[in-house]
Amino acid sequence: MNQAPPYRQHHPRWYRERISTYWWLGKWPYLKFVLRELSSVAVALTVVMTLIQVWALRAGREFYAAFEQAVRAPLVVALAAVSFAFVLLHAITWFNLAPTAMVLRVGGKRVPDFVITGANYAAWFVATAMVAWFILRG
Amino acid sequence: MAETIQLEVTRYSPEKDAEPSFQTYEAPLRKDWVVLDALNYIKDRVDGSLTFRWSCRMGICGSCGMTVNGEPKLTCATFLSDYAPGPVRVEPLKNFPVVRDLVVEITDFLEKLQKVKPWLIRKDNKPLAEGEFLQTPEQLEQFRQFSMCINCLLCYAACPVYGLDPLFSGPAALALAQRYNMDSRDQGARERLDMLSQSEGIWGCTFVGECTEVCPKHVDPAGAIQQYKLTAAKEWFKSFLLPRGSE
Repeated sequence: MNQAPPYRQHHPRWYRERISTYWWLGKWPYLKFVLRELSSVAVALTVVMTLIQVWALRAGREFYAAFEQAVRAPLVVALAAVSFAFVLLHAITWFNLAPTAMVLRVGGKRVPDFVITGANYAAWFVATAMVAWFILRG
Repeated sequence: MAETIQLEVTRYSPEKDAEPSFQTYEAPLRKDWVVLDALNYIKDRVDGSLTFRWSCRMGICGSCGMTVNGEPKLTCATFLSDYAPGPVRVEPLKNFPVVRDLVVEITDFLEKLQKVKPWLIRKDNKPLAEGEFLQTPEQLEQFRQFSMCINCLLCYAACPVYGLDPLFSGPAALALAQRYNMDSRDQGARERLDMLSQSEGIWGCTFVGECTEVCPKHVDPAGAIQQYKLTAAKEWFKSFLLPRGSE
């Protein structure tokens, strides 16, 4: 057989698999990662809503009443509920990943992961308690 | 326990196939057999044309990485009995071009590895007569985990960023760069910084974390990359605040 092979010597005809647009649906860790990335949008939305709330509070009783009425709309409530779930996901996933990115050494020994994660959760709990106290103190 | 197990193995011949297909083989299901043993059984007794890489059979050489039932695995450390009653699907590592059957082309990784200068760089080398560079156990502990990499490339197969952007340096190369950056005997961190700080370097990593999950040697490439991001950010701040004095 004299026909030349369909590849050059030292450079065979490779097969490269095309990656599906839906690669992130194939495995739970990939889906979790994409949800974590998407949760940034919810975090931004929550920050914007909070800033608007503060602005309305500062602008006067009338503006704040209008704000309160606007956020009671079913669509806004649904959006807030979804955003809240995503913000929780964002916080929990990042706190759990914190020990991977943040390596602390005390006396030459690495601080255990659970201490770093626990410190993050403790700080979150204290901050939440302070905000709750400020809002609910009457 | 059944006496045999079916293996669905990827076959690809560049001379005649447009794309890979699967061929089913039957192999003995023995308690102490790993997937690599079954592949060697097929190669020796059933089909000598089956092509795959392997060498040490004990998780040291990093040659026998393949995709087993969708997961990147070292086939010498993956027991057949864990997949009983089967079938077990054995494919080449994802994210690399397939040369033949289960063999992938890894030149891209080797070039990237070279670029991060994974060796000790010294600016003030001393004569051999003065002896070795000493290191305390604490200094060794700083980088020991990252030095366990065997270049098996399971992390590249698990990394969607590398799959989607082949320019990305990838987990193993970046972890090995960090291994030398953290070595007390090394003075090459500044030389590596320019390469590592590019968008194809550490900033290409989006912290999916699967590289760490699949690593058979517990190297934690995701950790190495995130830790280096902190270092690079600090260096950037230093150069921003002290443009002339950051060297």
